[in-house]
Parts: sequence; structure tokens; C-alpha cells
Amino acid sequence: MSENLLIQLSVTILFLPLLGFFAVIFLNKKIPNMYKFELGVISLTFIATLLVLYGKLSGYIDETIIGTFNWIDFGKVPVLGSVTIELGVKLDNVAVIMLFTVNLISMLVHYYSVAYMKDDIRYNLYFAYLGIFTFSMLGIVITHNLLMMYIFWELVGLSSYLLIGFWFEKDSAADAGKKAFLVNRVGDIGMFIGILILYTNYHTFTFDEIFAQIQNGVIPFGSSGWLTAAGILVFMGAVGKSAQFPLHVWLPDAMEGPTPVSALIHAATMVAAGVYLVARIFAMLTADAMVFIAVVGAITSFVAATIAITQNDIKKVLAYSTVSQLGYMVMSLGVGAYAFAFFHLVTHAFFKACLFLGSGSVIQAMHHEQDIREMGGLRKKLPITYVTFLISTLAISGIPLTSGFLSKDGILAGTLAFGDLTGHWLIPAIGFTVALLTAFYMFRLVILTFHGKPRNKEKYDHAHESPKLMTVPLIVLSTLSIFIFYTPNPLSPDAGWFLGEWISTPQTVVPQSSAFEFMNDGTTGTSNEIIHSQIYEDAMHHAHYPAMFLSLALAGLGIFLAFVFYQWKKISADKFAESIKPIYQFSLNKWYVDEIYHYTVISGTLAFSKILHWFDAYIVDGIVNGSAALTRLISRISGLIDTYIVDGLVNFTALFSGFMGLSLRRLQTGKVQTYIVFVIFSVFVLLWVFNSI
Amino acid sequence: MLQVGLEHFLFVSAILFSLGIYGIVTRKNAVMVLMGVELVLNAANINFVAFSKFGNFGINGQVIALFVIVLAAAEAAIALAIVLNVYKTFVNINVDEINKLRD
Amino acid sequence: MDLYDIIFYLFALLTLVSAYFVVTNKNIVHSAFFLLFTLFGIAGLYVLLGADFLAVVQIMVYVGGILILLLFGVMITNKITNVSIKTGTIHIIPAAIVIGLFAGALASIMVKTQWQTESAKIPFTTSYALGKSLITEYVLIFEILGILLLIALIGAASIARREEKE
Repeated sequence: MSENLLIQLSVTILFLPLLGFFAVIFLNKKIPNMYKFELGVISLTFIATLLVLYGKLSGYIDETIIGTFNWIDFGKVPVLGSVTIELGVKLDNVAVIMLFTVNLISMLVHYYSVAYMKDDIRYNLYFAYLGIFTFSMLGIVITHNLLMMYIFWELVGLSSYLLIGFWFEKDSAADAGKKAFLVNRVGDIGMFIGILILYTNYHTFTFDEIFAQIQNGVIPFGSSGWLTAAGILVFMGAVGKSAQFPLHVWLPDAMEGPTPVSALIHAATMVAAGVYLVARIFAMLTADAMVFIAVVGAITSFVAATIAITQNDIKKVLAYSTVSQLGYMVMSLGVGAYAFAFFHLVTHAFFKACLFLGSGSVIQAMHHEQDIREMGGLRKKLPITYVTFLISTLAISGIPLTSGFLSKDGILAGTLAFGDLTGHWLIPAIGFTVALLTAFYMFRLVILTFHGKPRNKEKYDHAHESPKLMTVPLIVLSTLSIFIFYTPNPLSPDAGWFLGEWISTPQTVVPQSSAFEFMNDGTTGTSNEIIHSQIYEDAMHHAHYPAMFLSLALAGLGIFLAFVFYQWKKISADKFAESIKPIYQFSLNKWYVDEIYHYTVISGTLAFSKILHWFDAYIVDGIVNGSAALTRLISRISGLIDTYIVDGLVNFTALFSGFMGLSLRRLQTGKVQTYIVFVIFSVFVLLWVFNSI
Repeated sequence: MLQVGLEHFLFVSAILFSLGIYGIVTRKNAVMVLMGVELVLNAANINFVAFSKFGNFGINGQVIALFVIVLAAAEAAIALAIVLNVYKTFVNINVDEINKLRD
Repeated sequence: MDLYDIIFYLFALLTLVSAYFVVTNKNIVHSAFFLLFTLFGIAGLYVLLGADFLAVVQIMVYVGGILILLLFGVMITNKITNVSIKTGTIHIIPAAIVIGLFAGALASIMVKTQWQTESAKIPFTTSYALGKSLITEYVLIFEILGILLLIALIGAASIARREEKE
């Protein structure tokens, strides 16, 4: 396949779902089965994606294919010089793999939804929304510049809003949609400012050109502080979209949307877009920005994991687990383990999508019961769901032979190496704690849902396994959670093709003074891309085995504890919770983040609005009313003048005219001939007066 | 008698003009009024042509006279159309009885 | 008193006398026929003034066109069968006084004014010069007059048209 063909194919992949969206949204009233068109489109997209994946990885494994075109040519603009906005497609291995991940999950979710959304009144519309979401997400994946990234960024925000609020008849769903949209705005503003900083300085939106200029020593406003700021501001977008602390509050609420949507958008793809964005700008992150990112990721993963432990809604647990895992990826990028962050993004996408779809299967079987306290024993009723769910749970907990073990292990090794190299030991400490917590709460979920005795007999009796349309995606996704797809050696991810051949970390371009010291010894590797740092690679190798054993031990401990508490009931979970009530309550109420926002941001905004209202009501309105009164006074005076002086004059004129008319009307005979006589006579008089005669 | 010159023509035109006015003013019938108007126009035309000859204006006076004739033709056509309409409305065309202008 | 003068006086007399009858005759048809003589007389005066083309136009347009039109007007608007073709006059005396004063004024102006006369070079045949100036110097007016005539034609037709539905 030629490069041009790849570019054309990827653009086709981008626009096919948009076509599906428009076709379905315009025809859904006329053609009842219009959703089938969208299904066809997404299948076609997936086939094209497979072609691109194969073409890229077989023919151009070490190359980056870029296709651009000029979108807008503003010509000469004052201050900025000549301005052209360039759009383009950048196909490197990261983009291609991401393309595959997004399209695969999107397709599976499409088919899953056919069964899951069966009786919905807006069935077709749902698929239209899925189409526009897929379009927007693919745009983010294949773009080669920040502007297009931002455009599609907002588009995924929109489609996410539409899908969260899909059941807008429910107040909670409508509110969740609004919340997601507004919270994302906060992050997006930061991202927008960051993009503007970069554009002001480099006059381009394209990643590679920005990196090239930074490498040539061009720094925003001549200070590396600004480079850090730009990195952190663009990362703000990721904080919003990837639900990082403190903007993570929208994601759990977003579970109000249909479950397949949660799987597609709020677990596998859209929320990973933030991670993808950070990966894209990875090369221009300074040491300070990276530490910031790592800390944000660590805090997020810890906070979310502690909350997930106490939640009782099956989707809420998964939501917080998603937040926690996203925190992991961000943290991983922050510590420089770029490849593992992306690896985890992919593996997580598969097993978390599987978990969500599995929870959808459970929820449907339980007739829309989401509370795990009402479940139990479903293992026998839903065997396929149980098995796939269990495999994914093992993966997320980091048990060997799963993909999660490989990626998570790498991340932990990365944090350990980072701690070793820089002395930031808190980050690996948090990383390992979260590994323990993750194993614990995930198995708590599995045990409470599938093991033990049914706690709600009635619902249990009516439960039944989901149709094939729903179980097949589960099987596919759980299969992809097995190590063999990524590496032949279940203990060493580096030996595999995924990390060994496809993904390599980009060399940092920031000036030496503002990058980590260990990042600066870039040596050219065997591939075209530059292995970013030998020291770091070595440190990770050293950290690999300690990290592996430690995380294994912690995961085992977590699983063991979960069994102790919930399976064997050696220790009563309720009593234990009672004994640490403040902490339990703190976790159950999600660290009171929503409440804090409510009392600070929301109340603050409301109070500010009240002040503005008061200002409006008393000062602005006062001025308006005052001027109105003044106008009235002036009007009254001028009215008096009108009545007595102006009207007097007018009336006098009228009276005078009337009098004159009365006296002159006799001259008016109405006959033209009389008038002519008058005219002739007047001419004569005039001639006489002017002495012409 | 003097040699015939400009004054003679002007004199003829002045008398013709006055007679025209007299006709316009005194006749009852609208068609007769129109005839008076024609006399007035002709009087003016004589003046144009006479000045054209004696005042060294070349051919211009005659051109203007030509235009006046054209206008007169147009005027006569329109005026007669109006007269017909008036006749249809009032069943007579005596201008002294048509004094709607007064109301 | 050469021939030119005699001819002038003849035509002037013809013009004025028949004009007088035009405005004073009680019979409207007679008036129209006197108008014919007046117009002929004026045409003669044009010839004396060296305006041969104009004289021809005078006869063709006035006598051949306008006069016939007027006669038609007379025929249509007066009930010929009832022979009420005679027409009256109104307030003759004030009109006569005023018009007399006006004519006196005109004559007085004419006498008082010092006319600058200068014998002009009028071409022997004027049609060439007239035609030339019509399509050069006066072309705009010429065109506008054409349009005016068209408008007059349509206007006259539409004004005079009988309203069918009434």
C-alpha cells in the first residue's frame, strides 16, 4: 500500500461515521430500520481500519505518514504575518493502533447496543449519536495539529453530552449531561489558552513543527516557564476529558447514560483521549510539567480507588475504577513511561469496555437493578458474562497471563525508576497502594455480584443470560485481555511486538536546562525514532522485577482481603466499616468533592450572580429609572410649552388662515377660465409694477 | 408703411396670442378652449421662427418650433381623450359647468 | 412696398381675421373651419420667414392631424342629430377688457424694446440643416419627444377607452 492510499483510507475512515450520522439523523423518522445503515457504516469503517493497520505496520513501521492540506488561507494578517491554517492526518504507530482500538470497540458497542437498546423510543437517534461520536473520536486520533485536535475535542464533548443525556426524561441524566459539559469546559479553557500560547509563539498548530522549533531553541516568550505553562495548560484539557482530579466529578455522574455508551465513551475511548493528547505533546513537556502531570495522575488514581471501595452501584464502581486507571496512565506519562502509558491505554480500553458491557448484561438481566447489594450468585445464571467479567477483572487487577499485568507492571516499574532517579518516592508508593486497592475493590465487585447467595430472590429468578449479540462482544473483548496478543512472554512486555517494535518513546525536545537530567542522553536506537533516554530505560529494567513481585504480592493481598471480607465473611465488612466510620463515610461520599464544589464554586457563582443581580436591580435599574423620571419631567415641561406656546401659534395660524379663506373663497369659482383671467391680469399688473410697459 | 421686419411678425403673433387667450377664456365648449390653446401655441411659434430669422439664431428657432408642433399634437390627442372622458362622465363638455375643482 | 410686403400683409390679415372668427363664432364647426384658414395663414408666414420645411409640417400636422382630431372631438361630443352644435360664450366683457389691456401691454413692450436685428444666413432649403441638428445637437430632446409621443398615444387610448364594466 502506498502512503497516499493510507492517507486516503484514513480520511475515509474518519468521514464514514459522519456519513452514517447524517444519513440516520435525517432519515430516522422515515425509515424505521435506519440504524442498520449505521451498523453497516461502522463495519465498513472497521474493515478499512484493519487495512490501514496492516498497511502501516507491515510497510511503514518506522515511518510517520503525514498528509496535509491548507484549510484556510488568510493571506497577510497584521502582526502575525501570512497565516494559513493547515489541517492534516498524521499516521504513526500510536495513531494507527488507537484507530484500531477505537473502531473495534465502537463496532462491538454498536452491535451490543442493537440488543441492549432494543425497546428504546429513540433507537435510531442513538445510533446516529454513536456515529458522530465515532467520527469525533477518530478525528482526535488521526489529526496532526492542535487546532483540529481542539475542534474534535469539542465535538466529542458534544457527542458525550448528547449520549449522557440520552434519557433526558430523567432529571438525573439531563443534569449529568450538563455537568459533564460544564466541567469539561473548565479544562478546555485551559487547553485553549495553551494552544493560543503555542500559536502566538510558533505560528503553527502542527505538533511536529512546534517540536522542531522548540528543538531549535525557540521558547515561548523567551522563558522556559512559559513552556511549562503551555504544557500544563494543554494538559488541562486532558484533566477535563480524562476526568483527572479535581475535574473527575463528571465521570461517575455520566453513568446515567446507556451502559454501552459508558463502555465506549466513558471507559474505553473518549476519556482516553486526554491521555492520548498528553502522549501527543509528550516531547515538549518540561520536567516541571511532567512532575505536575505525574502528581495529578497519582492523586487521581488514589482518590478514585479509595472511593471505588465503598460504592454500591455496579457502574459507579467501574466509573471510579476508570478514573483511577486513567490516573494511572497520566501518572505513567508524567514519570516518562510513555510506551507503557499508551500500552495501558489500549489494554485498559479492552478490558474496561468488557467490564462495562458485562455490567450492562448484568443490569439487563436484573431488570435495571444496579445496586450490587441486590445481586449475588449470578455466576450460575450468567455464565458467559461471569467468565468474561472475571477475565477482565483479573486483567485490571494485574494478574499474570493477562494484558493488564503487562501494562500495569510497566507503569509501576516506570514510577519506581522515576522515584529512583529523582527522589519522588511518593509517586511509586501511591502507585502500589492503588494496585492493592484496585485488586480489592474489583474482586469485591465480582464476589458481591456473581458469588455467594442471591440477595434478591425475585430478581435472581428472573435473570437470564443475554442474547448472542451481547455476549459475543464480551467474548471478543475478554479474549483481547490475554497476554498473547501483545507479547509471547507473559512476564516481559518488552519482548513483545507491541512495545518492542511498534511503540517507542519520542525524544524530548525541551532545552536541557528544563528537562530531567536523565532525559537528556538521547541516543539513536535501531529504529528511526529516537529512544528517548538510555538511563531511564536501564532504570526501568532494574525496577522491572521488584515492581513485578511487589505488585503481584499486593494484588494477591487485595484479592485475598476481598475474599476474606465478602466471600468467606471472616470479618464482617459492615462491622469493619462501622469501626472506621469517618473514613468509610469520607470514601462513601466521594471525598465530599461534589459538596465542596457545591459550597465553593457553585455557591460562589450563585452569590456572585446575586451580587450582580442586586447591582442590576438597584444601580443599573436605578440609573435607568432615574433617567426615565428625568425624561418624564422634561417631557412634562415641553408638554406645557407645546400646549400653550406652540399650539397657541398653530391655532392662531389656523384661525388666521380660516379667516383669510373665508374672505377669499368668493374668488374661487372652480372654473379654469376665471383663473386664467386672473393670471393674465396679474401678468399685466406685474408688467406695470416693473415699469416694463 | 414700413419695410416688413421683425416688429410686424411680433405684432401679428401678439394679436394672435391675445385672441387665443380670449378664446380660452370666453368659450364654453371644451373643444373650443382647445382651439384657443392651438392659437396661443401658433403665436409662440411665429415668434420663434421670426426671431430665428431676424436674430441670427440660425436654424435653432425652427427646431424649437418643430418641437412645439409635436407637443401640440400630443397635447391635442391627450386633451381630446380627456374631453371624451369628461363627456362620458358629465354628459356635456361645457367647462363653466364643470367646477368640481371648487369642492 | 414690394411684393414681399404685400404677401405678408395678405397672410397676416388672413390669419388674424380668421382667428377672430374662430374665437367669436357661435357655431363650433364654423370655428373649426376658420381655424383651418388661420393655420394656413401661419404657414404662409413661415414661408415668408424662410422656414419652408416648417410650413409644410404646419400644414400636415395641424391641418391634417390636429384639426381633424378637433373636428372628431366636436362630432363625438355634440349631439349632431339634435343640432346643438352652437355654443355659448361667458363673461365676455371682463375678459375683453383684461385681454385688451394685455394686448396693449404686449404691443407697448414690443414698441419700447430696442430689437437688435441682424440678417441671418438661413439656408435656402432648411430640411437638411434641420435634420442634421435634430440628430446631433438636439438628439436627446428628439428621442425624448419620441417617447413622449408614444406615451401620449398609449395614454390617450387608455383614457378614452370605454369602461366595459360599469
